[in-house]
Amino acid sequence: MPDTVKVRAMFPPGHIRTPYYLRGKIGTVERALGPFGNPEVQAYRQTGVKRDLYRVRFTMAEIWGDEAENPGDTLDAEIFAHWLEKID
Amino acid sequence: MPHDHHDHLSPSGHPYRADQDAPLTYWQTMEIAMRELLVEKGVTTHEEITAQIEAMDRRSPADGAQVVARAWCDPAFKAELLRDARQSVIDMGFELGPMNLIVVENTADVHNVIVCTLCSCYPRNLLGLPPDWYKQRAYRARVVKEPRKVLSEFGLNLPDDVQVRVHDSTADMRYIVLPERPANTEHLSQSELETLITRDSMIGVARAKAP
Amino acid sequence: MTDQTGRRWHDMGGLSADPVDPATHDYALWEKRVDALQVLTSTKGLFTVDGLRRVLEDMGEDAFETMTYYERWTASVNQNLLEAGTYTLEELGTKMAEVSARGTTYGEASDPNA
Repeated sequence: MPDTVKVRAMFPPGHIRTPYYLRGKIGTVERALGPFGNPEVQAYRQTGVKRDLYRVRFTMAEIWGDEAENPGDTLDAEIFAHWLEKID
Repeated sequence: MPHDHHDHLSPSGHPYRADQDAPLTYWQTMEIAMRELLVEKGVTTHEEITAQIEAMDRRSPADGAQVVARAWCDPAFKAELLRDARQSVIDMGFELGPMNLIVVENTADVHNVIVCTLCSCYPRNLLGLPPDWYKQRAYRARVVKEPRKVLSEFGLNLPDDVQVRVHDSTADMRYIVLPERPANTEHLSQSELETLITRDSMIGVARAKAP
Repeated sequence: MTDQTGRRWHDMGGLSADPVDPATHDYALWEKRVDALQVLTSTKGLFTVDGLRRVLEDMGEDAFETMTYYERWTASVNQNLLEAGTYTLEELGTKMAEVSARGTTYGEASDPNA
């Protein structure tokens, strides 16, 4: 997984653990956590395949733009690989 | 056996909630029915349920305080805790079950704070059950956008040159903050240091207490 | 519940809200029992924590605002156990009627010998 990633801006219904406020936002991978069960599948009594999980760090400026309380503060969240796109 | 707890405080200083003697509610009826059906079906036993309640009751912020105080006193342990918190905490004898744990360190330049915006994920297998405010809308909605304002409502005012790092527990990791060791504590023992480490300081909405 | 952009009610990070109310309470026995049942039944593989959350989310914002935390958990654990086939609605309905016939307080209704 590259260092810089963009969270996919997709909006399917259902049980999703990618917060709305991070969709479409660009961050850097803080660490790789390894494969974990996919909540979007497990919520519906299916097993599915495990997906790689990453901790991604975003600046408050990236997330909130001009509304950021302090642009250099950061937010880390765990995001599954299928929600991340590589940014060159 | 009526007991009137209404004018009393529990050992932890909070008011008792209406419990055994209050009128039965629909959801309590369902809980009793569910529990008895699970026992009748052989899924669990009354003893196993009691043991699980007791196991959760034994967990408390004092457990996390032991971890933090040791990290303050033992640099090698601290390095290992930051590298692999789950294993370090298990090696101290705590039962984390399946919980994955990450410890984030506060320094003079960085202040960390933990939240779960999507529900109420909390390091419950180390610190016990979360405080009510952690699960409520005000904290969950606001701390990711205006952490400094939220922290100020807890009485913690951070200088502009301290970076705030918010951690949203969106998936399989749970977090505790390793608060900064307060000044003028060089003379204190590890067990004396533990008394300075509060639940709120390990969520990141407070500093450790001054001695 | 879900706005036009697909944002769901529980996905509340960044929305405006009231000041934090620091009040807290000690958990009641019945709440601890719900918590224990959730841990035990999910550990035994009857459902996942994602299944628990999925039902809580599908219950909607009105439930979040009007029911207590463990009332919502009761509803979700029960729903997941029904979906798992652990017991049927008929069995649940019969048992709930039996429980509420025991008395008018939680203590009385918890005692099968009442």
